[in-house]
Parts: sequence; structure tokens; C-alpha cells
Amino acid sequence: MTQIQTKRPSVWRRLATNIRRHPMVYVMLAVVMVYFILFCYWPMYGNIIAFQDYKPVRGIARSEFVGLENFEKFFSNFYFYRLLRNTLLISGLNLLFGFPFPIIFAVLLNEMRNQKAKRVVQTITYLPHFITTVVICSMIIQFTNSTGFITGIVNLFGHSGSLIGDPACFRAIYVVSDIWQSFGWNSIIYIAAISTINPDLYEAAAIDGANRAQRMWHVTLPGIRETIVIMLIMACGRLMNVGWEKAFLLQSEATYETSDIISTFVYRKGFVENDYSYSAAVNIFNSVINLILLTAANKISNKLSGSGLW
Amino acid sequence: MKKIRQTDGIHTTKGDKIFFACNYLFMFVLALVTLYPMLYVLFCSLSSPNEFALVRGMMFRPAGFSLEGYSMVFQMNTIWTGYRNTLLYVFAGTAISMVFTIMGAYILSHNDFMLKKVSMILIVFTMYFGGGMIPTYLTVVQMGLNNTVWAVMLPGAVSVYNMIVLRTSFKGIPSALLESATIDGAGDATVLFRIVLPLSGAALATITLFYAVGNWSAWYNAMVYLQNRRDLYPLQLYLRELLILDKSTDAFMNSLSGASANSYLLKEIMKYCAIIVSTVPVLVIYPFIQKYFVKGVMVGAIKE
Repeated sequence: MTQIQTKRPSVWRRLATNIRRHPMVYVMLAVVMVYFILFCYWPMYGNIIAFQDYKPVRGIARSEFVGLENFEKFFSNFYFYRLLRNTLLISGLNLLFGFPFPIIFAVLLNEMRNQKAKRVVQTITYLPHFITTVVICSMIIQFTNSTGFITGIVNLFGHSGSLIGDPACFRAIYVVSDIWQSFGWNSIIYIAAISTINPDLYEAAAIDGANRAQRMWHVTLPGIRETIVIMLIMACGRLMNVGWEKAFLLQSEATYETSDIISTFVYRKGFVENDYSYSAAVNIFNSVINLILLTAANKISNKLSGSGLW
Repeated sequence: MKKIRQTDGIHTTKGDKIFFACNYLFMFVLALVTLYPMLYVLFCSLSSPNEFALVRGMMFRPAGFSLEGYSMVFQMNTIWTGYRNTLLYVFAGTAISMVFTIMGAYILSHNDFMLKKVSMILIVFTMYFGGGMIPTYLTVVQMGLNNTVWAVMLPGAVSVYNMIVLRTSFKGIPSALLESATIDGAGDATVLFRIVLPLSGAALATITLFYAVGNWSAWYNAMVYLQNRRDLYPLQLYLRELLILDKSTDAFMNSLSGASANSYLLKEIMKYCAIIVSTVPVLVIYPFIQKYFVKGVMVGAIKE
């Protein structure tokens, strides 16, 4: 003890000086850290219940440890593959169709020369972003229930009954509505990236005889390549926790076959069935997969394009 | 920008013209498709029940005209209570978030703060690893916050992402400015309030707006923590009951349901009215503050 103190007294003394010089900074640090400890680190510690048979009356301290039992229970669960499949399919399809749309939109918007028309289109397409999830979902339900107008249109092509109650339609509803709500907003970042491309490049391309499509392909797209890559990595990192609120609000027991995802399962196990330990374990599984996906996406991007998040 | 237009003027070929025409047409259709669902809701909300019954498929104007739905929505206690509570959460919740975010951003951008690196690691760590639904719930309950407004506002109040964005903005302030103030005898509080904050107006506005929108649309915390305090529900949670779960605890709504076909239709119209009443205020404000949101997206992008 004395040895340590004699070895590095300067650090503590420097810290003391630093505190004396900037007391306010340390007060702020304390306040901020209290928040993070109470609302982030304490719950993080609470994840221990995933390895316990947690009983609220006993608390974490006196609940029994059961090792990996909760995880094994989940892996052998009848619904395990269904949950994994639904989670990855909904977010995967959302990524597959939802990701390119804002890029195409931004590139085409860039080709509009009437600035007024451009601004009107932008303002309109940003609008749905400002409708809350609850309202969006209720609109979707109203439009796709048995009397909804979208149901009416789709049923002209041979479908019958409500769309929102049909497991076969859930993913399509989810993905299409997501594109509708977010493509305009998500295009902002690409529009900004396009505006930084040097106009001389277009001119040079035009002089070399590139037509409009060729200029879009060979100038605009390469110009925003890095932005696209970064957005793609970030989207991959979110694959496992995409749109919890929306899936939760749109699903019903009738559509669990395609609509039940890991996060809604976590909610149900925890809050409806009060199986706290099991729910926490499933959530940990979800986070681990998420982290693996993010790391993998980043690695691939580093290899392919030489740039990534880290 | 001008340069392109000039070259375009010279080199506009026939193919270009066709492309432009198609592009404008496509954009027009896209804008229409984006707008239509919102127009549809508006049309339904203004319809009269009798004629609404006959509507199948798309609508291009209200079926009949009646403001009955609106007058009934305005009589619902839950809408008013919800609005009142939501406004509290938007103002108070956003203020709380901003206080923490500003403090965090300030210390993380401070030039002479010894624990900066450790603090940064501890804070950013929470971005990637969270407590998860149940552990967070148990913690909040243990703190005795459930069934209070604090449980709605505090969990998730601080966005580390916003904090980092604000820190980047704080760091952009020339350090010579801060040093000269310090030499003149200004303490950290003075530096923060008199120099750093006034110089970060745009970033502060943007982040405030992000928090405000988040609080406006939030419902999860309230659903989970306010089990015995329905009177504290935010608007979104009442809307969920009315629109998605299709039930309402408004005694007045229950007197409506089940009575007749007409009351069923009126209830459907009321749903659309509720959507309009809860959404239009935001959509009306939004074009005026759009530039701050757009700026916010960019600020985040630059950081990445």
C-alpha cells in the first residue's frame, strides 16, 4: 500500500490540483456519472438474473444461480428458429429493399433542375418521418384491416380477407410501410453527400461524352460511395433490434408465425408471463448476435473498401 | 452548381429531355403516393357517417361532410389529459435531457480535465451494452420510480450519441477564446454559460428538437412503469388504446360502442379525427424547423 503510494503520488496530487482548479467540472462529472450508474450500469449488472432463477421477493443477492439453464431453455424452445428467422427476415428484407431506395431517390432528386419543385418533393417526402410510431401503426392497421382501402386494392388481385391478420402479408406490410415512412428522411444524408461532389467532374464527364445515366453511374454514385458504405455498416449493426415498437404494435396472435421477433418475445416473457430470468437471457442472446453482426460488417467493409466504423 | 446548368443547357440531348420528363413524372407520382395516406386520413376524418358507410377503396374527397367526429374527439377526456401530460414530458423531459447532455458534452470537451478519457470510455460503453428490458425495469422499480412521472422521463433521457455530437460542436470553439476568458478570471461555469453555450446555438437547437420529438412520440416507458397511474399517460399511449387496441376507458366512448351501426361508423371516423388532432400540430410546426433537423442529420454524419 505504502509502496504504491510512494510510487505514484504525483497522479493523486495532480488529480487533487485538477479538482481544485476545476471544481465545477467534477461536480458535473459526478452528476452525469450518477445518471449513468443508476440507469445504465445498475441495469447492466442486473443482467446477472439471466444466470439465475430470479425471484423478485429474494432479489438478485439471494436468488439461486442456475448457470446457463435459461439459455439452454431458449435454444431448445420450439419457437427458437421461428423467432430467429422472423427477426432476421424482417430486418433483412427491410435492409434489402429499404436501403437502396433513399440512394436512388437522392440521385434522381439531384437531377431535378427546378429548385422549387425539388424543395416541394423534399418537404412532402420528409413528412411521414414526423408521424409517431403509434399513429403510423394505427394508420397501417386501419388501411389493411378487412375494410381498409389497401386491403380493397390488394383483394382485387385475388387475395381475400384482411391483410394485417394474414401472416403471409406481415413482412410486406412492415417493409413497404417502413420505406414509405423513411425513404425521404434517410435520403438527406445522401443528398448532402452529393452536394459535396465537385461540379467539374460532371463537366469533364459530359465533355468526354458521358450521357446523363452514365454521369449518375460514374460520377454521382462513386462520389457518395463512402457514405453508402458507412450507412450500410450501421444498418447491419442494427439488424437484430430493428423496429421493436413497430413490430410490437402491428402484431397480433394471429400473425405470430411471421411477426413474432426476439424483442417482442423478450417483452412477452418478461412483462406478460413475468419470467424475468428467461427474458433477460433471451435479450442477452440478442445483444451478442447484434455485436457479432456489427463487428463482421465492419470487418468486411474494412477489407472491401478500406474504411469502416473503426 | 451554375456550371452544371450551363453545360446542361448546351448539351441537352433528346435522350436527356426524355429522361427529365420521366424523372419529373416519377418524382410527382412518388410525392403523391407519399402524401396520399395522409390525405386519406384527412378525408375520412371529415366524412359523415352515413356516406362513409358506402365508401369502398380509395377516396379523393370526404364522403359527405361532417365535423361530428371532431366534436366528439374534443369531448374525450383522454385526448386532453394525454395532451397535457405529453406537453409536460416534452418540456420537462427535454429540459432534463439537455441538462445532462450539456454537462456531459462540456466535460468531455474540456481541455484541462484529467479524467476525460476514462469518462469517455465509461459513457460510450453504454452505447453498445445496455441493461435490456427487464433489468432496466427491475432497477427503476427498485428505485421506487414506477408510477411517477420520473419513470417516464428519466430512463433513456440521455442519448450518448447526442452527447458526442454536442461535444464535437463544443470542441469547434477556438481554445484561445476559452483560455483568454480563463485568464480574465472566468470559472468553468462562466465559460460554459457565457461562451460555450452562446456559441453553440445551432447544435443546441438541433439536439433539443431531437429530444423533443423523441419525448413527443414515446410511449414505452409510460406503458411499462405507469401501471397504476393511468392519469399520467402520454397522448401516444391513449392513442394506442383507442386506435390499436380498439378500446377506450372514456366512459363516453363506451356509451357509444355497440349501440348501432351508426355509432360503429362514428367511432371509425373518430379514430381518423384522433389521428389528425394528434398529428397536425407537429406537421404544422415542422416546415419551420425542418432546417434544424436536416442540420442535425448532417452534424451526426460528419462525426461518423
